Amino acid sequence: MEKTVKKRRIFLMEEIKMYEVRFHGRGGQGAVTAATILADAAFHEGKDVQAFPMFGVERRGAPVAAFMRMDTKPIDIKTQIYEPDCVVVLDPTLMSVVDVTKGLKENGKIIINSSKDPKEFNLGKGKVYTIDATEIAIKHGLGTKTNPIVNTAILGAYSKAVGNVKIESIEEAILQNAPRKKEENRKAAVEAYEKTRGE
Amino acid sequence: MTKLTIRGNMATALGAKLCRPDVIPAYPITPSTLFPEKISEYIADGELDAEMIRVESEHSAMSACIGASAAGARVCTASASQGIALMSEMLFIAAGMRLPIVMAVGNRALSAPINIWCDHQDTISQRDTGWLQFYAEKNQEGLDLMIIAFKVCEDKRVLLPAMVGIDAFVLTHTIEAVDVPDQKLVDEFLPKYEPELRLDPEKPMTFGSFGTPEFYQEFKYMQTEAMEKAREVIDEVFAEFKKKFGREYRKITPYKCEDADVIILTMGSMSGTARAAVNKMREEGKKVGCCKLTVYRPFPAKEIVELTKNAKVVAVLDRDISPGFGGALYGEVSAAFVNEEKHPFITNYIIGLGGRDILIEDFEWIYERSMDVIKKGRVEKPVQWVNLNEEVL
Repeated sequence: MEKTVKKRRIFLMEEIKMYEVRFHGRGGQGAVTAATILADAAFHEGKDVQAFPMFGVERRGAPVAAFMRMDTKPIDIKTQIYEPDCVVVLDPTLMSVVDVTKGLKENGKIIINSSKDPKEFNLGKGKVYTIDATEIAIKHGLGTKTNPIVNTAILGAYSKAVGNVKIESIEEAILQNAPRKKEENRKAAVEAYEKTRGE
Repeated sequence: MTKLTIRGNMATALGAKLCRPDVIPAYPITPSTLFPEKISEYIADGELDAEMIRVESEHSAMSACIGASAAGARVCTASASQGIALMSEMLFIAAGMRLPIVMAVGNRALSAPINIWCDHQDTISQRDTGWLQFYAEKNQEGLDLMIIAFKVCEDKRVLLPAMVGIDAFVLTHTIEAVDVPDQKLVDEFLPKYEPELRLDPEKPMTFGSFGTPEFYQEFKYMQTEAMEKAREVIDEVFAEFKKKFGREYRKITPYKCEDADVIILTMGSMSGTARAAVNKMREEGKKVGCCKLTVYRPFPAKEIVELTKNAKVVAVLDRDISPGFGGALYGEVSAAFVNEEKHPFITNYIIGLGGRDILIEDFEWIYERSMDVIKKGRVEKPVQWVNLNEEVL
């Protein structure tokens, strides 16, 4: 008897008590860097962490995903993330081509880079939070008007919406990881933290 | 000691840098490319005093490694998959010339079909080249095993090259927290490489010359004896490493195996998931354990027998396949038991080829198959594939 994919039941991560995040962006937007900075921030709070890209090839502009896993205990598992506790959407135009809520836990959280009110999103599950990270990024001179770099601002929103990584830790991790415009990136995260709206 | 959150490739590059290599010939290939990138950064930033040789192929990379090592340099490189297949010819020569070269590998599947993701086929296919082989479970092990590998390889009783494998993407591209040992401690642990013989224009000498039938077999015997000697050297180096850096390594590490009816044998990154699966199944009252193989060459046959002989079933997981036989590890574990009076059933599971994710429930499925064997008292199908998608077949 061979084992088949059809019979696959994804193991529920609640049983291991860890927190898993999936980032959706486009190649070149910095989704992997966002996952890395968040992991670093959680690590400095004493948690064990993993951060990884969607395994494979990435192209500028194409939909990409990145992942972050944290736990208060050492993390043994090396599986990919199928049932995230939280989804972060760096580019809302992706939502027409990618099912961003795929596998999201029923009580999960969705953080969307959008100027809209969270109530305007009807995703069927999860609690929606919005932040206009694009506006904040442009205001702080991150990237260009047509190609703003929103990955640090969105992490401020993550801290506010999820609350399991302090904004101070995210600021510190941004200062350590941002290759340039460190202070502008830090300020963008703080401003996003203050302006995040929830359902 | 500093703690960093870094990718697996950076962990092996950092491990290499701490060993102060003199020469690093390398040709980039996914998923190992970050290794030569980091090394060239270290050199450009003045953090590493070494020569990087950019070559036109992996065959040339290994050729340059051989030349530099024969001249007395401490040498490392990195590669994967097709790159290792291309350098295969030179791998035999590095081992035959008894050169302690260390290669970081991002374990990746072989074409065709072309695939950049994880399995162990690339290094397993080179198991007879005479290189030592280490497999890491996590990035920390990747860094540590680079240092350990140099220490073992340069020991006068060994003088053989080694591969340190980290799984493609699952480790090479994944960020994890890693303790970085102090340079001073690494310098104490691994002093400068002083070969007894080296290529020197002042004192001409021939390396790797013609081995006629009168001598060839003796050369091979001595090379094989050196690999045998590596067994005790590895244990000594593991012990010394623990004393110096506090982290313990074993050729094979058991987990909850004492009273286990079923023992699952793993290599590489799947070993962590195996432990999580064992914890879950133990909570459900299932008598299951797992064993992680860190050293594949020299093959720790005695240790495997000792640790698993009291189980009813040993399920051997192979992230590789020898068509017409089964998994490599399965063959070797079976051979380890063949002259024992009493031994467990030994079964084989081909799993995670070409980057197929390995899940906790896969281990649960393997446990259930193992219980079938115990109930029936015989093995109906020794080699089984895990997670085949029947819709594609």
